[in-house]
Amino acid sequence: MYYQPEIETMPREQLRELQLTRMKWSVKHAYENIDFVKKICDEAGVCPSDLNSLEDITKFPFMVKQDMRDAYPFGLFAVPMHDVKRIHASSGTTGQATTTGHTTNDLAYWGDCFARGIYMVGGSQDSVIQVSYGYGLFTGGLGAHAGGEAVGCAVIPTSSGNTKRQVQIMKDFGTDILACTPSYALYIADTAIELGYDPAKEFKISGVILGAEPASENMRQEIRDKLGVQYCDVYGLSEVMGPGVAMECEVANGLHFAEDHFYPEIVDPDTLEPVPDGEYGELVITTLTREACPLVRYRTRDVTRIISEPCPCGRTHRKIDRIVGRTDDMMIIRGVNVFPSQIEQVITAFPEVATHYQIVLTREAQLDKIALNVETEPDFPIDEIRKIEDLKRRLGAELKSNLQVQVDINLVEPKTIARSEGKAKRILDLR
Amino acid sequence: MIDQLSVFLPNKKGTLSSVAAALSEADINMHALAIADTAEYGIVRIICDTPRAAAQALADAGLRATTTPVFAVRVPNTPGGLTQLLSFCEEKELNIEYGYCFLLGDEGAIDVLKIDAAAEDVLREGGFEMVSPEEIYQLDNA
Repeated sequence: MYYQPEIETMPREQLRELQLTRMKWSVKHAYENIDFVKKICDEAGVCPSDLNSLEDITKFPFMVKQDMRDAYPFGLFAVPMHDVKRIHASSGTTGQATTTGHTTNDLAYWGDCFARGIYMVGGSQDSVIQVSYGYGLFTGGLGAHAGGEAVGCAVIPTSSGNTKRQVQIMKDFGTDILACTPSYALYIADTAIELGYDPAKEFKISGVILGAEPASENMRQEIRDKLGVQYCDVYGLSEVMGPGVAMECEVANGLHFAEDHFYPEIVDPDTLEPVPDGEYGELVITTLTREACPLVRYRTRDVTRIISEPCPCGRTHRKIDRIVGRTDDMMIIRGVNVFPSQIEQVITAFPEVATHYQIVLTREAQLDKIALNVETEPDFPIDEIRKIEDLKRRLGAELKSNLQVQVDINLVEPKTIARSEGKAKRILDLR
Repeated sequence: MIDQLSVFLPNKKGTLSSVAAALSEADINMHALAIADTAEYGIVRIICDTPRAAAQALADAGLRATTTPVFAVRVPNTPGGLTQLLSFCEEKELNIEYGYCFLLGDEGAIDVLKIDAAAEDVLREGGFEMVSPEEIYQLDNA
């Protein structure tokens, strides 16, 4: 069953024609209505009329997240506010938030993209979908909500938190599909089991649509087993739209990219040259239908590859493999994006602390934990517990207010943090 | 004031032992040792010979060690010896950060107190005898 059979199973040639038509419109729309896009294209000596094939997009310059920060708040909006119907924003923890606007059409297409995933896990208008992503500026909650509404499901907007109640609702309301982060899905499953249920047998739930953070295959299997569900991995990013850019079908071998709305490229992160299908590299996205915030060759920093072999499910849109890493050092902690540079910035404001540090990421009871190992400067008085505790408290509070996540501070003895040759191993990810 | 050797120890197996081993290796004798422990780390406070050399030896062994000036006050080795000193501190509003005691030969007890350095005159005027470093430990020849 497909949500939009004519689009999702469109013959490749026809799909490429559709993409080219839309790409021409989108690049022209961006060029004519966003000063920044016109500027970088002019500098690169290209203009929208140079676009005669899909491959011609490689002549165009890239856009990066910093461009969005520089344009804060509305410098990359291509339509007047009159036509903007919603504005989402990133957490802005690196100093400057990034904003993304959505027109009526943008929101409708977003719903369609996510809706395809609901069908992939066997959902339909008869389904009850529980959205346990956070609602708000974060795109998870409202994105999944829009998908549920597009299908015509009964949507339960539980948002995240109050886990016992989530379990109660899942049981009493007969939830068919759960949408949230993988770690939260597992936490809900474990809570249900703690409460004495066997959700795999006793609950109606049959599908989960999970994304916004990485999950290992072991973790996926654990979720499948504990909840008794089909697992749909959803990819998306707020700069481009939100969850629904790519979604995993029942074959569970890659995520179908919504190629009618987005054009994917994989480039070598060092040379920025395109790599052949099947090879890993950085995912670059050109939007094809976005009206409020069209993007030309946006570098996502996510590392994946394109799976171009036909999929047994019958969908013709090419797939991307699950995200295997980042080309920058961004960490995702409980769905919040954190860069080591933010932590470094805080540390340098504390003269008592040496600049050598190590970040240790662990997962306890399904929740991400972040610990910071730091050394004190030699002249810091280590003989008094009060002063040490005071330092830990102040450093912890400053990090919490900057990163919006709780960081455990460990003061360690000197030289336990490697002073490495060249690139420091700053992050130890044990998740 | 005398120099105390202060060592920061993460709460891990074998760290205290490594302190003792490093001092032994450097041929440094300890006269007193007190441990303050928290859930995540401990602080070891030591009165020993050549404290600066000791701190260096520990630093060389990869430990976080430093010397801290503290007061060493001689009190009689009789009931109430400590009370007299503490009552005086309370009366003069001297805030004690931490303290511990040890015996020095037959000459009585030594109370080690971490108090603001300005307290020295107050204690002297109160008639308390400060013990000089050379009476307790071998000095650093630097």
